[in-house]
Amino acid sequence: MTTLLEVSGLSTHYVAARGTRVTRAVEDVSFSLEAGRTLGIVGESGSGKTTLALTLMRLLPPGARIAGGSVRFEGEDIFTKSNSEMRAIRGKRMAMILQDPMASLNPLFTVGDQIAETLRAHEQMPRRGAWTRARDLLAAVRIAVPERRVGEYPHEMSGGMRQRVVGAIAISCEPKLLIADEPTTSLDLTIQAQYLQLLREIQRERDLAMIFITHNLGIVAKMCDDVAVMYAGRLVEFGPVRRIFDAPAHPYTRALIESIPRLGDPTARLTAIDGQPPDPAALPPGCAFHPRCPLVVDRCRVEAPPEVRVAVAHHARCWLASERPI
Amino acid sequence: MSDSRALPAIQAEVLPLPGRWSGLRSGNLPVLPIAILGILILTAIFADVLAPSDPEVGTLTDRFKPPAWIEGGSRAHLLGTDHVGRDVLSRLIFGARVSIVVGFLAVIVAGAIGTTLGILSGYLGGWVDQVIMRLTDTWLALPALTFAIFLAAVVGPSVMNIVIILSAVYWTRYARVIRGEVLSLRERDFVRLAVVAGCSKWTIMRRHILPNVLNSGIVLGTLMLGVVIVTEASLSFLGVGVPPPKPAWGLMLADGKKGLMAGYWWLTVLPGLCIVLMVLSANLLGDWLRVKLDPQLRQL
Repeated sequence: MTTLLEVSGLSTHYVAARGTRVTRAVEDVSFSLEAGRTLGIVGESGSGKTTLALTLMRLLPPGARIAGGSVRFEGEDIFTKSNSEMRAIRGKRMAMILQDPMASLNPLFTVGDQIAETLRAHEQMPRRGAWTRARDLLAAVRIAVPERRVGEYPHEMSGGMRQRVVGAIAISCEPKLLIADEPTTSLDLTIQAQYLQLLREIQRERDLAMIFITHNLGIVAKMCDDVAVMYAGRLVEFGPVRRIFDAPAHPYTRALIESIPRLGDPTARLTAIDGQPPDPAALPPGCAFHPRCPLVVDRCRVEAPPEVRVAVAHHARCWLASERPI
Repeated sequence: MSDSRALPAIQAEVLPLPGRWSGLRSGNLPVLPIAILGILILTAIFADVLAPSDPEVGTLTDRFKPPAWIEGGSRAHLLGTDHVGRDVLSRLIFGARVSIVVGFLAVIVAGAIGTTLGILSGYLGGWVDQVIMRLTDTWLALPALTFAIFLAAVVGPSVMNIVIILSAVYWTRYARVIRGEVLSLRERDFVRLAVVAGCSKWTIMRRHILPNVLNSGIVLGTLMLGVVIVTEASLSFLGVGVPPPKPAWGLMLADGKKGLMAGYWWLTVLPGLCIVLMVLSANLLGDWLRVKLDPQLRQL
C-alpha cells in the first residue's frame, strides 16, 4: 500500500476585517490516506470539514488563507504547484462530488455534454470520442438506457440519477482520489443506500481512494476504513473505523456515537450533546470541547491537549485519552 | 398479467415526444410579430423595387398632399407627401432600411461589448470588476442623448457612425445587467463543479456563464431596440444623425412635428406607427425566444 495523500500540520484560516478577526477553520490537521482506502471525516456543521476538503484541492474561498502545513499528493507538494498545474490535477487525478445534485449540473447542456467537457478539458479527446465515453460512464454508474440518457437535460432526470451523473463526471478521468462532500444529504434514504453501494463498487473496480465528508456516522460505519473526527477545526480523533466505534478515546466521539438513534432498542435513550459548537472565531481557552465535555478536568480549561497515541494508528487530542489502557 | 383485465382500463394520455426543434414548430409561435418583422425586413431589402417614387426628391407643387383616402389626396401618393412634396410611402419604405440596419446593428454591437465586459467583470471580480464597473458608472452618469450628440459631433453624421455612437452609448446597460446575473451564477454549484473538474476560467465563462446569461441579453436587446431607434430619431431630429435627405423614420417624425399643429397628421403618425410596430414585434419575439431558449420551459 502506498501513501497517496499526506497532510501534516495543515491550518486554514479565514481572515476578515483586515486581519483583526481570524477564524481558525482548520487548525493543525495531520493525517494520511493510502491508495484504495476510504477516510471518513465527521463533525458538526461548521467544524471545518468542507474547508479542509477545499484546502486539499487548493480551492479556497476569498478571505481564506493557508496558514501553515503541507499537503503531499502522490508525493508532490500541492502548495508549490502553479495554478495551471493545479487545474491539471483537479478533475484528472483528484475529483470531487458536491452536495447538491440538483444544482451541480448546468441546466442548459445535456448530461453527455457535461461529462464530455471534463474529458475534453483533460484528455484532448475529440468530440465524438468523448461522447461515446460519456455514454460508457453513464453505464458505469448504472444508469439504464445510457445511449438515450446521454442526450437528456438535467431536469429530465431524478435527483438520484443526477447525483450519479455527477459521480460519472467525477470518475471520468480515472482519478486516484475522490472527495465526496456530503454526497447523499439531499437524497432520500433508499436512493442514498443505492448510491453508497455504487460508490463502493466503483471504488473497488478502480482502486480509488475516497474522502467521505459527512455528519452521518451510519454512513461512516458502512463506507469507511478510517475515521477522522473534527471539532472546531481540529482533528480530535483519528483511527480505524472499528476502533473508533468500539473504543472511542475522545469524549466528543463518544457523545457523537451515543447520539445515533438506535432502532429496536426501546430502553436506550437518545442522548444529545449539551450546548452549541463554539464560535470558531472565539474559541474557548484550553480544549475547545471543554464547556460541553462531561469528563472535564481543570487542566482542560487552560491547556489545549496534544495529540496522543491511543493505539496503533489511533490518535486523539484529549488529556484523558492516554490514561485509558490500550 | 392475466388479472390486469380485471382492472378498469385507464385511459393514458399519450404525450408526443418532443424533438430538439419541435418547440419552434409548435402552435404557440408568435405569428403576428414574426409576420410584421418579416414584412419590415423584406421591405428594407426590396426597397428599390417596392417604392413608387424617389424618396429623396419631391415636387414642391405637390407638398402636404394628404393620404389617398382623404379628400384632396391622390393615387400618385398613397400616403400623402411631406413639406417638400416627397412621397411619404416611399420614404417609409426606404426608412425601414435605415431603421433596421441601425437598430439591429447597434443592439448587437452594444450587446456584444456589454455582455463581454459584464461577464469579465462579474466572473473575474477584483480589480477587473472595479475598473469595468467604475467605467460603467461614469458612462451611465453622462446623459445618454447629450453624450450621443457629443460623439456625433466628433465623428460626423453617417449611418455607420450612428451605429458606432449608439453602441458606444448603450453598452453600459448590458454590462450592468449581465454582471448582476453572473454574480449569482458564479456561486451556483455547476460552476463550482466545473472549477473542481479543472476547467479554466475562460472555459467556464464561455461554456457555463455565457449561455446562461444569453437569455437576459436577448430580452434586454429587444427592449433596447426601441430605445435605440428612438435615440436614432432624436439624433436625426437634431441634425447629427442620419444626414438628410436620406429617409429615416426618426427623421420623418421630427420633420413632421412642424406640420402637426397645421393638421398634417400623417407626417408624424405614420412613421410613429412604423416605429411602434417594429419595437412591439421585436419585444414579443424576444419574450417568446426567452421561453424557447430555456430547455426547462421548452419541454412544457
